[in-house]
Amino acid sequence: MLHTNLEHIESEEQLKELIENNEKVAVCCGRMGPMCIPVYDIFEIFQEKYPDIQFRDMDFDTPAAIIIKNLPECRGFWGLPYTIYYRNGKVVKATSSIQTAKEVKSVIDEVFA
Amino acid sequence: MVMSENMQKYDVIIIGAGPAGLAAAIYTSRAILSTLVIDESSAGGQVKTTHQVANYPGFVEPIAGHELAANMRKQAEKYGTEFKLAADIINLHLSNQEKWVELDDEGKYTAEFVIIATGSSPRLLNIPGEKDYKGSGISYCATCDGEFYKDKDIFVIGGGNSAMEESLLLLQFVKSITVIHQFDNLQAEKITADKVTTNPKVNILWSHEPRAFYKKENKMVVEAENLKTNKRIRLERDGIFVFVGLVPNSTLVKNTPIQLTKYGYVITSPQMETNIRGVYAAGDIRDKKHRQITIAVGDGTIAALEIIHRV
Repeated sequence: MLHTNLEHIESEEQLKELIENNEKVAVCCGRMGPMCIPVYDIFEIFQEKYPDIQFRDMDFDTPAAIIIKNLPECRGFWGLPYTIYYRNGKVVKATSSIQTAKEVKSVIDEVFA
Repeated sequence: MVMSENMQKYDVIIIGAGPAGLAAAIYTSRAILSTLVIDESSAGGQVKTTHQVANYPGFVEPIAGHELAANMRKQAEKYGTEFKLAADIINLHLSNQEKWVELDDEGKYTAEFVIIATGSSPRLLNIPGEKDYKGSGISYCATCDGEFYKDKDIFVIGGGNSAMEESLLLLQFVKSITVIHQFDNLQAEKITADKVTTNPKVNILWSHEPRAFYKKENKMVVEAENLKTNKRIRLERDGIFVFVGLVPNSTLVKNTPIQLTKYGYVITSPQMETNIRGVYAAGDIRDKKHRQITIAVGDGTIAALEIIHRV
């Protein structure tokens, strides 16, 4: 259970629908751990800064998270959170472990510009 | 807050939204001083990444670090503190006469008083391979990533308190730990160090320091140098956990006239004032012996009270 102010993705269908209907989507999949919380916080702040991007989180331990865990882009990831950026329904970037605001901004500038 | 010469003017600007900065903000805002808190990340500093805080007075049961941080921020907001978070500070000017901060895309902010509360961060080794394998073989958090290494052989780099405490947690998951430590004794508290060193799953490579990390198929390779013989060896395990202490977040103030120690900590008076009039420092960034949340809060309070007194 994630205690954040982000909208949570709770099912595979919800994620599929989100990425089908929105050009730019960023999903942070993790737990309420020290490496994950800063990324959720940055997503919360960036929600206001980038209204054209849909920022969501997802509990790593829900069955639905299998859709993230099985992504080829996440193969070899051994650090939470997994952060996935989708554009037009396709994964355009995936990162593992904690990211700073600058790193998240740099990914956004790179893949959503 | 007022506008002047294309700058938004506040009474106090606090750089850093950890416990020191937030404590100061609560005091200055309650004293009706317009207060802006700027942070390059979210609010909470290192507290937000602390699993549980058990030694902060007033909480009988341990409180989650992120919860304590969120409460501090809400408390400051309640009294009128404004925040610029995940901000990109591109310019910081500090002198006796003038103080201002410039944020990328968000303009300039000036104040008569500035508190530097940028804290400290976990130290990186800054060696080849470290950034490349972060999250895919190199980790910095046992709570978060320990489970990925169930029944695996791993390295732990470091011999201080955090390295040993995290090792204890990792021992619940892993098959073995090889600790690589630069000295020939551990710096951690004896009670914790003993629990680790007496565990049969642990062995220690003394007087060695990593020089590079590689990946060889599914294994992580550490190239480590024996500091006594300068001979390098290569060892393979499934993963690497790095816990090598903290560094002050002083990059921002290095290009200002603020006096720093050779380790990068800000030198202040007992009233928290730096060598620049009206510029204070509080929390982990300040040169001192002990670094705790309670001490950071105390530093922030002193800085704020000094400012309130001077206004």
